[in-house]
Amino acid sequence: MIARGIKQLRRAFDEGETTPEALVDEALRRIESGDSELGAFLHLASEQARKRASDSTLRYRAGNARPLEGIPIALKDVICTAEMPTTCASRLLDGYRPPYSATVVERLEGAGAIIVGKVNNDEFAMGSSTENSGYQLTRNPWDPSRTPGGSSGGSAAAVAARFVPAALGTDTGGSIRQPASFCGIVGLKPTYGRVSRYGLVAYASSLDQIGPLASSAEDCAEILQIVAGGDPRDSTCVTHPVPSYLAELGQPLAGLRLGLPREYWGEGLAPDVASSARGALEVYRELGAELVELELPHTEYAVAAYYLVATAEASSNLARFDGVRYGVRKSAEGGSLLEMYKATRHDGFGSEVKRRIMLGTYALSAGYYDAYYLKALKVRSLIRDDFLRAFARCDAIVGPTMPDVAFPIGAYVDDPLQMYLTDIFTVTANLAGLPAISFPCGVGGGGLPVGLQLIAPAFAESLLLRAVHRYQQATDWHHRVPARYAE
Amino acid sequence: MRERYEAVIGLEVHAQLLTRSKIFCGCSTRFGAPPNANTCPVCLALPGTLPVLNREVVSAAVRLGLAVGSTISRQSRFARKNYFYPDLPKGYQISQYEQPICLGGAVPVHLDGVARSFALTRIHMEEDAGKLIHQAGRGESLVDFNRTGVPLLEIVSEPDLRSSAEAGAYLKSLRGIVQYLGICDGNMEEGSFRCDANVSVRPVGATELGTKAELKNLNSFRNVQRAIDFEIERQIDVLLHGGAVVQETRLFDATTGATRSMRSKEEAHDYRYFPDPDLLPVTIDEAWIESLRESQPELPEARYRRFVEAYGLSAYDADVLTDSRELGDYFEACVSIHENPKRVANWVQTELLGYLNEGNRSIAESPISAANLAEMLNLLESGVISGKMAKTVFSEMAATGSAAKPIVDRIGTQLTDGDALSPIVCAVLDANPGQVEEFLAGKEKVIGFFVGQIMRQTKGRANPQLVNELLRVELARRKETT
Repeated sequence: MIARGIKQLRRAFDEGETTPEALVDEALRRIESGDSELGAFLHLASEQARKRASDSTLRYRAGNARPLEGIPIALKDVICTAEMPTTCASRLLDGYRPPYSATVVERLEGAGAIIVGKVNNDEFAMGSSTENSGYQLTRNPWDPSRTPGGSSGGSAAAVAARFVPAALGTDTGGSIRQPASFCGIVGLKPTYGRVSRYGLVAYASSLDQIGPLASSAEDCAEILQIVAGGDPRDSTCVTHPVPSYLAELGQPLAGLRLGLPREYWGEGLAPDVASSARGALEVYRELGAELVELELPHTEYAVAAYYLVATAEASSNLARFDGVRYGVRKSAEGGSLLEMYKATRHDGFGSEVKRRIMLGTYALSAGYYDAYYLKALKVRSLIRDDFLRAFARCDAIVGPTMPDVAFPIGAYVDDPLQMYLTDIFTVTANLAGLPAISFPCGVGGGGLPVGLQLIAPAFAESLLLRAVHRYQQATDWHHRVPARYAE
Repeated sequence: MRERYEAVIGLEVHAQLLTRSKIFCGCSTRFGAPPNANTCPVCLALPGTLPVLNREVVSAAVRLGLAVGSTISRQSRFARKNYFYPDLPKGYQISQYEQPICLGGAVPVHLDGVARSFALTRIHMEEDAGKLIHQAGRGESLVDFNRTGVPLLEIVSEPDLRSSAEAGAYLKSLRGIVQYLGICDGNMEEGSFRCDANVSVRPVGATELGTKAELKNLNSFRNVQRAIDFEIERQIDVLLHGGAVVQETRLFDATTGATRSMRSKEEAHDYRYFPDPDLLPVTIDEAWIESLRESQPELPEARYRRFVEAYGLSAYDADVLTDSRELGDYFEACVSIHENPKRVANWVQTELLGYLNEGNRSIAESPISAANLAEMLNLLESGVISGKMAKTVFSEMAATGSAAKPIVDRIGTQLTDGDALSPIVCAVLDANPGQVEEFLAGKEKVIGFFVGQIMRQTKGRANPQLVNELLRVELARRKETT
């Protein structure tokens, strides 16, 4: 049932073919049997989920079901939930339970969705493999020796294994799109400001966005429809009206101009990634799209700019984890305040988090600010300008999401810089604040999924969802399920 | 030797704003609540929370900027000032750095009767920190976050002040302005109006600045001046002994009157300021500025000039009476009922303020309302009571809060009838032949004794002037008859 998609599930509930209780049972059963190997869930809220499911079942019977009534959803563990622990996969927040829920959680629950649990990620969303979790490894459902990507690796793996129809992830430099690509599902990073960040534990405030991961563009549209929109608790969240994503899904693509940046299609692409992506372009041509070659000349500086801006903000955002008010405090009897800070942060944070805090602290330090942080902001605006120029010639930009398929667990453990460099195609959308989507478009070596990315002008999520939906109506890559989770 | 040096002083004032809610969340700013009662996930900096700017804080900043003639930035930004301390839950203070809301401006002052003004560098908005409560002997500290996020304006002067007297005058004038605007209560002792001083000295005539020390813990007007005076002398001493002043932060100790080193330049924080990505730039349009400009109250300087011009008050009186908005309002309320401004000014300053100061009370706590004082002065003006009686009536009004009329009704009005007073005058003279003799022998001062006796017999109601006249007439008559 889980693999059916939200629309079909709702119909099945409406027609009495099944109930939310049965569906949630199925989800929990699948998780309980499959997650010991996969490692997606940090916290499973079975009891609460079953209770909510019985309420949802009653609502269907009473005819007052809400848009996502009875749909099981998993949340990346950087999103605050009053009824479940929120650890950000950090040892420092072991057992922490926020007294409030994030705006997106309120909206999902208000729409009838059932949060079944919290899923793994790189600690504080810092990483590209979910290996930086303070708790556990999450494996790629297609190949347990490989990573699911990250940082929303738990979200992507849980959806790809059909534990849940959809999950929320967060994307600061590609953390939704990259794991979606590695796991063969759809992941959407909305425009900066489209979805409230209230209750998202900040990694890099000017780049972070919450977005959906699901097996289809249609299901992403279902989720975005609910979570998008202004929030008085987040000043950076815009009140721009939310269009009807679902209603616009079916519109044809004729005349759509897809821009192919030279920088995204050049050297460094794995051959099977390149050929899958080119195959997808053929499909788009058949659907009536027009392909336009263009340039995004500042792409080569994007990774450097991203790691300066993101770590600078992170160094400040993570200062609040000082052991004073929440989290695990480490202090020796009779020790000084400084010793408490040091012990708490030394023991609580993992090495990648510490590395980024140090990088960011350095980038903001007196004497280095202009050379690093300020210069990164300048690059950021050049990248934004690149896109503005490009969008004068096309409606969306297309390219592979990642240069290669999912890498083996441990591949970059000793070389984080090489891992950073694989973010080259995803970080630009964050730096420019643009919406971007990744969706499966083929298979590469070892039967691993290949993802294609579309980037659109600000607030053009509707275009992205429609472009992917039309593609998915013409192809069935998105119906592929990893054999070991195919039932 | 010491005269060869001059002091260079700049002040940084933190004015706590009187908004009902905090700067970035909806929590109350009320003082005196139980520890951590005025807190929420946002001001406790729980993970995932975000600041939302309170527009009232922007209004207050713009109003102060308009009052002191600053340039109001049409766009300003909040920045994060990063440092670790348990009273700072986010690990950074949201402040303004490169783009403050107000630039420039000047504070008018009166110094020894001369009108001057001192230039401002900037005014910016920021949030206050919480408070640590150290548990004596237990080796632990508790944190109260009630004050966390209470809005502050930081007002930075140019280093144009040259003495503690100038610093005091500047501070007093600035406090008057924020009080008149109603944006801050200006209470230094309670910490709602705080001042740090940057002090350096240099040879007279030099144009370069000397090395400065930043003085902290100056919690009263007097201590600001004491600390500056001490520091100037200390720095001159250092230079006269061939030493060099080091850049540092120094704490003032009110019990010893001295400053002592708290941290050196090397130990100073690198605050790693950067624009706060959680808050949009603050944009202020013309219409907002205009509506704030129109709603500005009269400010102390304008009122001071009006008191001199319209009421004919001396510079000194006008200065005292415009010191606080409430006192100025009190004075004007009196003048609207009793039309002799100078008499009102005298009574308010000597009798009323004297009485209030004795009990350490503010004008708002005065038991005598402006209307009651004015009515009493009307009775004095019309001769219903004498000046001496007025003081008695005043004392009773102060003690009971009563109006003047019922008191006068009880003790009786002034005796101004010569026919009624003459027999008393004669009786007193008859009863004191010795003193009459002294007077007649030329000892004029004795007349005071007679006046006193007559006043005692009339319970102070006799018109003193009339008594004087009657006495002189009667004594002259007796001189002739002897």
